[in-house]
Amino acid sequence: MGHKLSIFRGLLTFKSNQQKIWGVLIFLSIVTAVEVALGILKPPFLLKPVLGMKGLNWIFILLTIVKAYYIAWDFMHLRDEKRNLTFSIVLPLLVLIPFLIFILLFEADYIFGVMDSGFVSWNF
Amino acid sequence: MESSVEHFDEDLWSGGKKPLDSSYGKMMMWFFIVSDALTFSGFLVAYGFSRFKNIDSWPIADEVFHHFPFLHGVDAPMYYVALMTFILIFSSVTMVLAVDAGHKMQKNKVAFYMLLTIIGGAVFVGSQAWEWKNFIKGEYGALETKGGQILQFVSEDTGKRVSLSSFTSKSSSPRLYQTKDKGIWFFSEEKPPTFTVAEVQEGFLKNPLLRVKSEKIDPKSGHKIILTRAESAVKVSQAKYVVEGANLIRNEYGNRLFADFFFFITGFHGFHVLSGVVINVVIFLNILIGTYQKRGHYEMVEKVGLYWHFVDLVWVFVFTFFYLV
Repeated sequence: MGHKLSIFRGLLTFKSNQQKIWGVLIFLSIVTAVEVALGILKPPFLLKPVLGMKGLNWIFILLTIVKAYYIAWDFMHLRDEKRNLTFSIVLPLLVLIPFLIFILLFEADYIFGVMDSGFVSWNF
Repeated sequence: MESSVEHFDEDLWSGGKKPLDSSYGKMMMWFFIVSDALTFSGFLVAYGFSRFKNIDSWPIADEVFHHFPFLHGVDAPMYYVALMTFILIFSSVTMVLAVDAGHKMQKNKVAFYMLLTIIGGAVFVGSQAWEWKNFIKGEYGALETKGGQILQFVSEDTGKRVSLSSFTSKSSSPRLYQTKDKGIWFFSEEKPPTFTVAEVQEGFLKNPLLRVKSEKIDPKSGHKIILTRAESAVKVSQAKYVVEGANLIRNEYGNRLFADFFFFITGFHGFHVLSGVVINVVIFLNILIGTYQKRGHYEMVEKVGLYWHFVDLVWVFVFTFFYLV
């Protein structure tokens, strides 16, 4: 099986598959370190709400998806599979999960509004 | 019949072609992973649902998970789970290296990297057990009101959490807890908390510096709201239960659902890691006795590797949504 040895859209090319694995590990470790550092420092300018959530939370979610991409593409070697196989695996998830998130979080926000401004006292 | 069995080429599926250039076993592993990913996303989205529903009172992760081994009393939020994340990613790397060595048919290297992977997985499961132990045991204790609201205690001068045992003393006439040998119709009684509600209330009145930290989050600062002394006294007088640590019914950290989701999601993930370790051990033993060397390929290592990376992938999400966000 041939390995594709470039990551970051060809910006970084490794000599062997083993080197690529270590390269990806270093990258994932850096991302995790950045997440932890941000989580501990909590820079005040990132705590402002952006699109209904703290800006910092959007950064965390984005970095998580970046990590997930490199785990799936390089560790689970989706990069080396046929494109049809790759996308028959990834597309159902990319469609269904955001859909589930969308309906449930909107519903939860609505219920929060009812409990917050309704007549039911739950906080006693 | 005989010939069809003997000449069955496992590289070609029955249609005479290899669909999507993938072997049967590998594709089935991918089917399983996709369905399992949907299961996990269902759990995590349900967690998000409960969290958004209680967005103004959900426990703050940094205040719950702040332990680090051998550093007692040191406030170390997230460092430990970050370390766990790193351990799991590292064991993923040794797994890829095992798969890579398998492609080159280097038996000893595959075995060595598999062993490292198993060790990494075992360390991770152990870490999770330690995390659970801290979570179940709790550190400070709290009161619960009739409405299920958790009242934590902070000191007015330092602003830090105060444990129940630091200001409460056992009364001279403690409640008698029943055991089987003392009654006729007695079945069982749950292990009681260290203190009764009355003892905690008495201790609260004796310590004028104590204040109640409510579940509500101040939208401006993002911290939990600390009540005034007068408000605190009202809340404390309404308390119904003493809560120490966490179980599936109530927990000292806040919303009841928080502990339920913690146990359920990290437990389900931990169970995946545990079964992954068991499967890895089986594969490791097979490598040692040369099963795959005889078979001519190490595809089994690759398949179990896919599962192992998937478990790592799920942890990346659990880490974000339980500890970071």
